[in-house]
Amino acid sequence: MVNIPSSINDPIPAAEVEDVELYHPHSWWTTYVFSQDAKVIAIQYSLTAISIGLVALVLSWLMRLQLAFPGVFTFIDADRYYQFITMHGMIMVIYLLTALFLGGFGNYLIPLMLGARDMVFPYANMLSYWIYLLAVLVLVAGFFVPGGPTGAGWTLYPPQAVLSGTPGGQDWGIILMLSSLILFIIGFTMGGLNYVVTVLQGRARGMTLMRMPLTIWGIFTATVMALLAFPALFVASVMMLFDRVLGTSFFMPAIVEMGTQLQHGGGSPILFQHLFWFFGHPEVYIVALPAFGIVSDLISVHARKNIFGYRMMVWAIVIIGALSFVVWAHHMYVSGMNPNFGFFFATTTLIIAVPTAIKVYNWVLTLWRGDIHLTIPMLFALGFIVTFVNGGLTGLFLGNVVVDVPLSDTMFVVAHFHMVMGVAPIMVIFGAIYHWYPKITGRMLNETMGRIHFWVTFLGAYLIFFPMHYLGLLGAPRRYYELGESVVNPPSAHDLNIFITMMALTVGAAQVLFLFNAAWSLRHGKDAGGNPWRATTLEWQTPTTPPPHGNFGKELPVVYRWAYDYSVPGAPEDFIPQNEPDPENRSREHAS
Amino acid sequence: MTDVVETETRVSPPRPDGLRGFASDWASDQRTFKNVSWGKAMMWIFLLSDTFVFGCFLLAYMSARMSTTVPWPNPSEVFALNIGGTEVPLILIAIMTFVLISSSGTMAMAVNFGYRRDRRKTALLMLLTALFGATFVGMQAFEWTKLISEGVRPWGNPWGAPQFGSTFFMITGFHGTHVTIGVIFLIIIARKVWRGDFDTEKRGFFTSRKGHYEIVEITGLYWHFVDLVWVFIFAFFYLW
Ligand code: HEM
Ligand SMILES: [Cu+2]
Repeated sequence: MVNIPSSINDPIPAAEVEDVELYHPHSWWTTYVFSQDAKVIAIQYSLTAISIGLVALVLSWLMRLQLAFPGVFTFIDADRYYQFITMHGMIMVIYLLTALFLGGFGNYLIPLMLGARDMVFPYANMLSYWIYLLAVLVLVAGFFVPGGPTGAGWTLYPPQAVLSGTPGGQDWGIILMLSSLILFIIGFTMGGLNYVVTVLQGRARGMTLMRMPLTIWGIFTATVMALLAFPALFVASVMMLFDRVLGTSFFMPAIVEMGTQLQHGGGSPILFQHLFWFFGHPEVYIVALPAFGIVSDLISVHARKNIFGYRMMVWAIVIIGALSFVVWAHHMYVSGMNPNFGFFFATTTLIIAVPTAIKVYNWVLTLWRGDIHLTIPMLFALGFIVTFVNGGLTGLFLGNVVVDVPLSDTMFVVAHFHMVMGVAPIMVIFGAIYHWYPKITGRMLNETMGRIHFWVTFLGAYLIFFPMHYLGLLGAPRRYYELGESVVNPPSAHDLNIFITMMALTVGAAQVLFLFNAAWSLRHGKDAGGNPWRATTLEWQTPTTPPPHGNFGKELPVVYRWAYDYSVPGAPEDFIPQNEPDPENRSREHAS
Repeated sequence: MTDVVETETRVSPPRPDGLRGFASDWASDQRTFKNVSWGKAMMWIFLLSDTFVFGCFLLAYMSARMSTTVPWPNPSEVFALNIGGTEVPLILIAIMTFVLISSSGTMAMAVNFGYRRDRRKTALLMLLTALFGATFVGMQAFEWTKLISEGVRPWGNPWGAPQFGSTFFMITGFHGTHVTIGVIFLIIIARKVWRGDFDTEKRGFFTSRKGHYEIVEITGLYWHFVDLVWVFIFAFFYLW
């Protein structure tokens, strides 16, 4: 496509933008706290996201304990259970995964991998983090206000979300949740604009779009999607907030509660569902696309092979991103919308499977005859492929209206989305942390602890969620506090529930080991050197590790080749950094 | 780091013509949009995102209005003003729209003078734009007051569907907030232009970056966008 200068005689395009003026911090506060350096902001984002994610993890244990031993833990009453479910789901999806992939990895990797000094507008980038932190604090405040957090389910469907029967519905819970979401979206927009403009307008010389590592493609596309999908959630949150505090009836139909007719009338609950899922489905891919990108790079580095079908991978990411805006109503097959919509949305849903399957094939073909190093990042990448394929297959079931209707709101759905957007992205996050921790801290994470962590997490997560498919097929409903002994919960199934809970606690314990490892290795880990994985991308070619303020020392790198020159025949080493000139046109870029 | 060959040749590599050239320009290194600065790119993308916000608001309004089972108040009666004994439909909105469109004109002139580094004219035109904007918000406040005094509330009104009041206050309120923010920015930047901050390359208080006259244009982009959105609100709310 592009006529890229690759022989030493070709001119490298001249610098089109002057070097940016970096903000140079003068005090401890501006260096570590109110920092405008994307690397520091990335770490702040990540630590905040992981901390709040731990809250969600603890909530999942409490839910599991209740499901396995109903009545034993008396402090978990039905209201509490719904509050736990809601906070668990919302935190995991938005405050952990979205924030960690885009705010965390996005901030760290975009400037470094593209050969930029920083994000284009570091000040707005810093504000983005602080507003995110505020959003998290408002969310957490829900636990401490009278009535507790909202228990409306992470989908917050009206009318129940703002009625007194739902925990937090007529108290503070729902107000805080909606306010927190609004803040999150404002904060995210500030960061997201930065990521997009940095990718579009702030790359190094020689870094063409088709030389960008797939990690960047994934994060970039996801950010664009987020900027277009979050508005729907923003609008829905504002409108529901008005329904709750001003007494409007955007989403509230005429309704009788406890024998009294409420003041509402004429609103449309389905409208909320449309707005919510116009955001909600792209959200799945906002989490998945960065994971796709990162896992492609992990596989390529640790199998010492160029990614198979780079161009196809890029186009698949872009096409998935675009298609995911026209499938939202597959979450609404049972909502009572016009049944003809179901046909349309089932078709688009199944079409997405095509580019997605292409990606899976390409990962597998990259591994094929690769020099696979079973490092911990590679293990997690493999774990991702398995869980993702598993969740993707059940997704094909649920995408069909006739199959979805009986399975809707059962444990089968819970199993499906945990596999595809719970476990799979979490696998990538762990893989990415093991992969980039050496760059961030200069030390390797401990290998033994890492292996234990991987195997317990991977097998454990499988043992948690795989049996849930079966429970769902039995008919066990989702979001039920207690099933008692019923047709859908025979004693044998109840034993399974106990088993699942044991596994959930085990997996939880493994995360404690991981946290210990991360803290311990900070001081005692093996010295990583600059490029422990012998990788090609620019973040590994920085003058110091961790990279200095401004990332690249005096001169910015110039890029001469794509990110996947591994095991190039005739090359002295099995990798060639992107900023290595290519006088003889040997780069595998041309063959792809 | 690697030793860099030939850094400053100032010659760009040849690029193909036609559609392929278009694609390769976009995909080329450093910058996708060659003549677009970071600030402008950021504003454009923000506006795209904001378009989705307004789009969702308007779609919500349309769906409420189309599915309502009770009558929807008649805009030409509700938004009429009694002038000298006759009800003039939509007169206030017509003036508001005229004011806002005029402000786009003065804004465009300010951008032009900004690039000519005519500090006085730029600042004055920006202030005039801000004044138009403030007038618009003032008239909107008047309209709100009138409707409220007639009994329109977010949760109901004397003439029909309660969604009339709620969508009206929400959408015009959200748009009015945009205008107000625009006015504040216009005043801040007009002050900077007046002081000559962009000639002396004075650094910003928060960002500690040098300012450029381009910021006038970027503010202008925002302003025109807010104007454009008003045209849609006008059409869907008042003319439907
Ligand atoms: C060890 C890890 C996890 C365990 C044990 C776990 C467990 C659970 C349980 C028991 C439920 C409630 C099921 C019900 O009664 O309907 C649930 C719901 C949910 N989980 Fe997880 N989960 C885990 C990780 C995650 C992750 C990583 C995500 C990220 C996407 C996630 C997202 C959700 C969502 C969105 C819901 C639905 C909430 C709702 O129904 O409103 N979970 N989880
Ligand atoms: Cu979906």
